[in-house]
Amino acid sequence: MVRLTRGTAALGGALLLLSAGAHAHGFAGDRFFPATLQTDDPFVADEMSLPTLTKNPDDTTGGQSYSVEVDIAKRLTPDFGLTAAYSWNYFQPKGMPPVHGFGGLSTGAQYQLFINDAHEFMGLVGLDVDWAHTGAVHQGGADDHTTLSPTFDFGKGLGDLPDSLTWLKPLAVTGNLGFSFPTRVNSAGDLNQNTFNAGFAIEYSLEYLQHHVKDIGLGAPFDRLIPLVEITSTTPLDRGFNRGAGLTNGTGRATTGVVAPGVIWAGQYFQIGAEAIIPYGEGQGHGVGALLQLHFFLDDLFPNSIGRPLLSW
Amino acid sequence: MISRPISALIVGAALWCGGEHNAAAHAFLDRASPAVGSTVHTAPSEVRIQYSEQLEPAYSTARVEDGSGATVSTAARVDDNEPSVLVVSLGALKPGRYKVIWKVLSVDTHVTNGSFTFTVAP
Repeated sequence: MVRLTRGTAALGGALLLLSAGAHAHGFAGDRFFPATLQTDDPFVADEMSLPTLTKNPDDTTGGQSYSVEVDIAKRLTPDFGLTAAYSWNYFQPKGMPPVHGFGGLSTGAQYQLFINDAHEFMGLVGLDVDWAHTGAVHQGGADDHTTLSPTFDFGKGLGDLPDSLTWLKPLAVTGNLGFSFPTRVNSAGDLNQNTFNAGFAIEYSLEYLQHHVKDIGLGAPFDRLIPLVEITSTTPLDRGFNRGAGLTNGTGRATTGVVAPGVIWAGQYFQIGAEAIIPYGEGQGHGVGALLQLHFFLDDLFPNSIGRPLLSW
Repeated sequence: MISRPISALIVGAALWCGGEHNAAAHAFLDRASPAVGSTVHTAPSEVRIQYSEQLEPAYSTARVEDGSGATVSTAARVDDNEPSVLVVSLGALKPGRYKVIWKVLSVDTHVTNGSFTFTVAP
């Protein structure tokens, strides 16, 4: 380890005073929120997922699909950041030749609304955009239209519960609430629905238990484990879905999503996450998929360059 | 379309392989004495907190409060011989529940803070 120079120490002192700029990624008070795998994180950060490997549940005809994705998040200021994601998809329809190609480019702009240390509470607003024709529309599953998705993301740790509820304190919930608005009504005969999207992650942090609540003797690697369950949902609001009758044509469907139980190990410089993917809702596939992600904390790997907010370089 | 993701992969790999030599992460609490959430039968004279990273002495501190919120610690310092250990000196503690509140600066200028409790049994 390198000891701080006097100048760096002075910078650190300034950062201490300017607490908004001093938070490490995903922290609210005692709570460390890991980067979740299915749902958006409620904090701006300098991070990169490389890669995210997904084996999707089989579709309704037994077809299989896989994807490899890269995600990056970069802060421009301590409270404002941008994200980008890109994927390569492989489809194996049952009884047909496989097709593959790049999915569309997704970007996001995020603003950290608040971080409340005392109550381990944070909130973020963002606008995600899936861009039209930025991948292989017919072979990679990319969209031929742009979709705008405003979102509110939050995280809440339960460390402020009364001491009588000691064993519940390691619990935390993160979530996303938002809408998706396609900029084109239909694509190749299928309606592009406006949707309401919700996602939640329920986490039980052994790191929090061991280091902030009660030392139960956990050592590495168990003292960095965070078992979790993520639940996502997408509910069509129009174009094929009738609130009274439910399905009205072949493209309209009721609420669909996935339940994804798994575990994250979060270290100093990176985290590894794995989840099963269990779909629910009409028209979804069957069976269980799986996801594996390696995720780097750029602010810890490169604290003096790209790991800092761009405007503080 | 193909060059963009491949470029991203290459850049990512290059960044990973060429990580800064003085990279250091935010400081996690590793161990404490008295242990987090523990009950001790002899009042300790100090609290020692072991972190995962070396600390900057000038900007790393902690205090201990009793059940009424009064501060019962007298000083806090980074151990000269163990730069990743914060030592909090205590006055004479009576039986009761105590809360340790810490805030540290690790060598990459990341601030982390936290708290935990321990109990001195009668």
